Amino acid sequence: MEDLTDVYNDLIMEHSMNSYNKRKLEKADCSEMGHNPNCGDEITLELKMNGNIIEDMAFSGHGCAISQASTSIMIDTLKGKTIEEAKDIIKTFIEMIKRETTDEEELKKLEDAIAFKNVSNMPARVKCALLAWHTMENMLDNFNKN
Amino acid sequence: MKSSEEIKNDFPILKNRNLTYLDSGATTQKPIQVINAIENFYKNYNANPHRGAYSLSIEATEIYENTRTKIANFINAKHREEIIFSKNATESLNLIAYSYGLNNLKQDDEVVISIMEHHSNLVPWQKVCKQTGSKLNYMYINSEFELTKEEIESKITDKTKIVCITHVSNVTGTINDVKNIIKYAHKKGAIVVVDGSQSIPHMKIDVQDLDADFFVFSGHKMFAPLGIGVLYGKREILNNMAPFLMGGDMIEYVYEQDTTFAPLPNKFEAGTQNVEGVVGLGAAIDYIEKIGYDNIQKIEKEVVQYAVEELSKLDYLTLYISPNKENHSSVISFNINGVHPHDVASILDSENVCVRSRKSLCTTTYEIFRN
Repeated sequence: MEDLTDVYNDLIMEHSMNSYNKRKLEKADCSEMGHNPNCGDEITLELKMNGNIIEDMAFSGHGCAISQASTSIMIDTLKGKTIEEAKDIIKTFIEMIKRETTDEEELKKLEDAIAFKNVSNMPARVKCALLAWHTMENMLDNFNKN
Repeated sequence: MKSSEEIKNDFPILKNRNLTYLDSGATTQKPIQVINAIENFYKNYNANPHRGAYSLSIEATEIYENTRTKIANFINAKHREEIIFSKNATESLNLIAYSYGLNNLKQDDEVVISIMEHHSNLVPWQKVCKQTGSKLNYMYINSEFELTKEEIESKITDKTKIVCITHVSNVTGTINDVKNIIKYAHKKGAIVVVDGSQSIPHMKIDVQDLDADFFVFSGHKMFAPLGIGVLYGKREILNNMAPFLMGGDMIEYVYEQDTTFAPLPNKFEAGTQNVEGVVGLGAAIDYIEKIGYDNIQKIEKEVVQYAVEELSKLDYLTLYISPNKENHSSVISFNINGVHPHDVASILDSENVCVRSRKSLCTTTYEIFRN
């Protein structure tokens, strides 16, 4: 078993308990709900675009510390990025959690989201960390289609 | 009489993995007696029951059928053919929903279930009700997690055809007064399906005394292997039901365009069965009987009392159990205030303590906790 303080570190605890990203957007361009049916975690992401750039994001919902912190930190990481950059970061995050990428240079673009690296050692919690990122991936795909 | 320490030593995994295993409601660990019985079956008796004319197959058939009799005696069924082997309680409940529910429910009939049902005793009835135009009504629990007489009698009406009730709640540990629910439902002309998955590991079951029309349980929650379950049904009801799964060994004569079916119990046991599971279930029953329900309840009472006492001292923890000790089995639900259950389970796991975590298995029951 992983040392728990590696997972429940200060950054993750701070974001899970009192996230400034947990709010409503005034005028969202789109929103997307994500759900882990077997544990009940539920989030809704809201997105405000400015052309091709993610101008603002927020979330609502409930779930465990890892899913909530992962959502909040993802928002910090992706805000201000273009859709292409965001998709690339999401891809890298998913690869990190699934242990498909360990290249330190590659992982740097994740910024604070690198804090979830140790979740890759806890198979039972992988889906908690990935919920927001998969939801965001779907939202960007849908946004592109429209 | 075996002491709790001696009983603990019967479970190799507890020592092998240094576990504090508190998730028997999901599945129990297996005692060495059950593991040995399965090994012995494969080393000395493995053959397909009811198939061969050679002595090995006949011995396998005897083992299989003797276990049926053992289970009938264990739950005091009147006839051995009232015991049908299934995969688990879920499959038993689906069998009832499809073979009995679909064929007997009509538009505007009512099915009554309790809000504390496991999804396996809820979702099949949703489907059957949608398909037949029947109404699905819920009996709700009070603040002490119990079904009151008033609630039961206001929900079970002359329109009710089927009542489904869990004997013991897997979320709150509430022991439901199924005997009286059955009595009332029968007065109203309804049949009653009892989910005994959480009761049979803890208390003596007497289906005739309860007068249950159906009683289902899973083997794996009572020390038997995974993948073996039981459906008990009253003989006259089972006889009038259509088969659930079609295939080998459940037939009498097969013609090109038509088939006549075998009598009970084979009618409901299509295909080669989980004989290993049946052998393991037989050994599990021997194990329970050797320890004795009196002893099981005595030990459980001590452990539950200790746990509730100690947990009550923690001001950051909320317990969800009935204050009425007589109506409470051995499930202890709790919340660490402000911490998500999944995080609590991960932290306990780091100390080799296995607990169930989630917004409980029963979404509907969980909604009550949140409200």
